[in-house]
Amino acid sequence: MVAKDQLGRRGEATAAQYLERAGLRIVDRNWRCPVGEIDLVAVDGSTLVIVEVKTRSSDDFGQPLESITASKLERLYVLASQWARAHNQRFSGFRIDAVGVLDDGSGDPRIEHVRAVI
Amino acid sequence: MLGRTYAVSLVGMNGHIVEVEADIGQTLPAFVLLGLPDASLNEAKDRIRAAARNAGVPLSRRKITVNLIPASLPKRGSSFDLAIVMAALAAAGDVRGCGTTVFIAELGLDGQLRPVRGMLPAVMAAVDAGYRSIVVAAENEAEAALVPSAEVRSFHTLRSVAAGFGADVEGEDPAEAAPRDPVAVPTAQPGLLKDLSDIAGQVEARFALEIAAAGAHHLLMVGPPGAGKTMLAERLPGILPDLEDDHAMEVTAIHSLSGERHCAELVRKPPFESPHHTATPASIIGGGSGIPRPGAASRAHRGILFLDEAPEYERRVLEALREPLESGRLVLHRASGTASYPARFQLVLALNPCPCGLANGKGIDCLCTAQQRRRYFNRLSGPLLDRVDLQVVVQRVSLADYADGAPSEASSVVAARVAEARAAQRARLGRWSYATNSEVQGRILRGELALPRRVTAPLDRALDRALVSARGWDRVLRVAWTICDLSGRGSPDADDVVTALGFRLQERAA
Repeated sequence: MVAKDQLGRRGEATAAQYLERAGLRIVDRNWRCPVGEIDLVAVDGSTLVIVEVKTRSSDDFGQPLESITASKLERLYVLASQWARAHNQRFSGFRIDAVGVLDDGSGDPRIEHVRAVI
Repeated sequence: MLGRTYAVSLVGMNGHIVEVEADIGQTLPAFVLLGLPDASLNEAKDRIRAAARNAGVPLSRRKITVNLIPASLPKRGSSFDLAIVMAALAAAGDVRGCGTTVFIAELGLDGQLRPVRGMLPAVMAAVDAGYRSIVVAAENEAEAALVPSAEVRSFHTLRSVAAGFGADVEGEDPAEAAPRDPVAVPTAQPGLLKDLSDIAGQVEARFALEIAAAGAHHLLMVGPPGAGKTMLAERLPGILPDLEDDHAMEVTAIHSLSGERHCAELVRKPPFESPHHTATPASIIGGGSGIPRPGAASRAHRGILFLDEAPEYERRVLEALREPLESGRLVLHRASGTASYPARFQLVLALNPCPCGLANGKGIDCLCTAQQRRRYFNRLSGPLLDRVDLQVVVQRVSLADYADGAPSEASSVVAARVAEARAAQRARLGRWSYATNSEVQGRILRGELALPRRVTAPLDRALDRALVSARGWDRVLRVAWTICDLSGRGSPDADDVVTALGFRLQERAA
């Protein structure tokens, strides 16, 4: 596995831990369909939460969250309904969260969690 | 949280205070700039984030919304950079106490503050609107401080500005160490180093120049190439009195706006503008995309606008000058707004006696036909010439004058006489709030300042024989008053009127 994918996996694991500690229940990881991939799927109360995780090893080339573009958000919006249909589950609502992980390998990653980005 | 600072938007010479609000929202990083910014101001978004990071005071990693109020006022240029970044930092709670401060500077990507054009009118507008605390780039400090009662603070870098408003910065500032352009020290204008003593002979033309300076009369010089018309015109600023405070402020503001230099001190010497005869109307009266910028006529405000080879100028250029000659202002209307610039200049025209330039004296070398000559002069319209009080023929300098080497009068001697004549005019014309004879209205010349019949008799005869127009009659009297002021007498006599008439009729002789 290439270094950047390793970093991504580690970042997603870090994010999942962080969200579980924050009271969300992780129900799926790296779910794929023809439209794309969802990093994390969580449930917050009765709300479906689609989570996009961005991991960087340094902020030399910008903040992790800066790289989430409008087209990415649009895709996540479509993916949310795809996931709900595929799993035949119903929720009172859904939202999309973004988690930025700055992990320089020192074992103390910096995590930013932004709720309801659209 | 909300951060607030102030900036100034210049529309022409008029500055408007712009309130800069910044809000930080809890969503993905973004920078939104609202309030009618133009393309160059929209670029500020990218400039600002980079500058703040490189200066060691990074902006919030959330959505920053900046609003420029009033939104209806068009805003352009880069002078808002510092105000926007300080509002954003204030919104994040990184800086404090900048809520009543006006920030005027552009940012470099490395966090250096860069000077901007039009600092003087911007600071004047801010102080007029009641905002005295002003922060500018170091290069602009001297210019901003020209405005009385402005409390100006200057910095080299964004980091030091932030530190000045309580931001937590430590370590060395990389931008502080970067090489800087030295602050340009304004040098004397070349026209001012030229002295009247350089000119041999030309007694009559020198006298006309002295009258023009004393009474602020417009001047027309006709003469063959090489006679010294340009030399004479260039020496006119040297014998004019220095500008008074309020005039100097106006002139400096225009020069600051046209961005030729950063003014470290008030322009005290009357400006001298000599646009080339291929100049377009826009370059003379002002123009450009968006809000029009001042042209040569406005840069010559309170100074000299010299048009060499006057008939060679486009007709439209010459006609466009008639309005500022009357009103002293240029109002330029464009789709994006209206700009008004002062343009009270003294017009000096120079032209050859004919297209080939050889028709002086007996004119035996001249190859021009009568029709060519007439067409040449007709390019200067009657209405324009009618506004020129003084018309003088400049002859080729004679061998006797040129070779004998006796030094002519120096500019300083003439300038002293001009200053006395100006003082006499102010004393006489003060009650109508005129400063010079050239401004006096005809009804005052014929009313309160009327001269006895025997004094104006030569002029009345000329009017009778239709050699001068009614307007010309007033103009001759204005010149006669100036001649008398120069000689230090109380009121013109018949000789003064005859001399003045001589400067009027030469357009026919030429």
